[in-house]
Amino acid sequence: MLKKVLFGAAVVMLSGGAFAQQKLVPAESEISFVSKQLGVPVSGKFNKFDAEVSFDPKKPDAAKVNFTVDLLSADIGNAETETELKKPGWFNSAKIPAATFQSSAVKSLGGGKFEFTGKLAIKGVSQNVMVPVTVTQAAGKTRAVGTFNLKRLDFKIGDGDWNDVSLVANEVVVNIKLALTGIPPL
Amino acid sequence: MTLPSFMSPRYHGVSIAFHWLLALMILSSFSLGLYMVDLPFSPHRLKLYNWHKWAGVTILVLSAARLLWRLTHRPPALPGSMPPWQRAASHVSHVAMYVFFFAVPLTGWAYSSAAGFPIVWFGVIPLPDFVPKDRALAETLKPFHWIAAYGLATVVVVHIAAALKHHFVDRDDVLKRMLPASKKF
Repeated sequence: MLKKVLFGAAVVMLSGGAFAQQKLVPAESEISFVSKQLGVPVSGKFNKFDAEVSFDPKKPDAAKVNFTVDLLSADIGNAETETELKKPGWFNSAKIPAATFQSSAVKSLGGGKFEFTGKLAIKGVSQNVMVPVTVTQAAGKTRAVGTFNLKRLDFKIGDGDWNDVSLVANEVVVNIKLALTGIPPL
Repeated sequence: MTLPSFMSPRYHGVSIAFHWLLALMILSSFSLGLYMVDLPFSPHRLKLYNWHKWAGVTILVLSAARLLWRLTHRPPALPGSMPPWQRAASHVSHVAMYVFFFAVPLTGWAYSSAAGFPIVWFGVIPLPDFVPKDRALAETLKPFHWIAAYGLATVVVVHIAAALKHHFVDRDDVLKRMLPASKKF
């Protein structure tokens, strides 16, 4: 009996609690963005990102999300532009490859709708953002879909030569589609 | 024997307008294309690329209108003194130019779409992508725009040489009938 309890405790400790039970399914998740150049929508996505999630839809106050995106994995379908993105004027991802989001508050709006507020850090600049997320569940998987706008110059993305927003719009739309396992039911 | 120019039928004013407007636009767009491709990545280059694309789409639209006009308005007859091979060469080169008027902008449009930069005409009117965004496809399409542009440039050089030969060697009215009307008409 005692053995069983100890074994159970060891398993919980090794698995690191809720964080490890909830997992992102990268193959079914997507982080994409659309920026505008002279009115031309130029879209891209990040091929590498990861999340640590501790989220019970019934207890949003206790929810915690840490998200990391590898900016070096930006894929916009054009090698020349991707090379440019890594330079200091844009993402400076050769030096600071990780963009992070750390949630500070999660609010439930009902009907599977949530507001994730937290700090988004890109290129060494942190800004508070609010990401509205719609959560659905089916076949053991939880899907979270959200869109938010950021202003690229707030994060010094494309500053210097490229700071003319009539050429490259300041607004960038970020689309998030995540598939997760291990999230408790809505 | 050559008729005096006032007796020789001229091209319609609309045909003349199409000819010189498009000649100017195509020459400008071609020169801009040659210049911009070697520029370093910069806001200046981004602007020039977009202007080049807007000009290309405008050339495409005007060429469609011009083709419609050409199909419904017979051009003045060639001088009777021209040997059959020259008539054939004239016909073939004109057909070739019309083919290139469409091929050059369409290959450019396709390449732009495949490279992930859909065209927004004058920054206002979004045009549809008729090919998907695809890295490998973009690399495949890239040389075709270049080949088509140089193909057009080649035929245009022959076209200009022939027009000058008609004017200065044959001394006929083939060139004059395409010039904007002077006051004596």
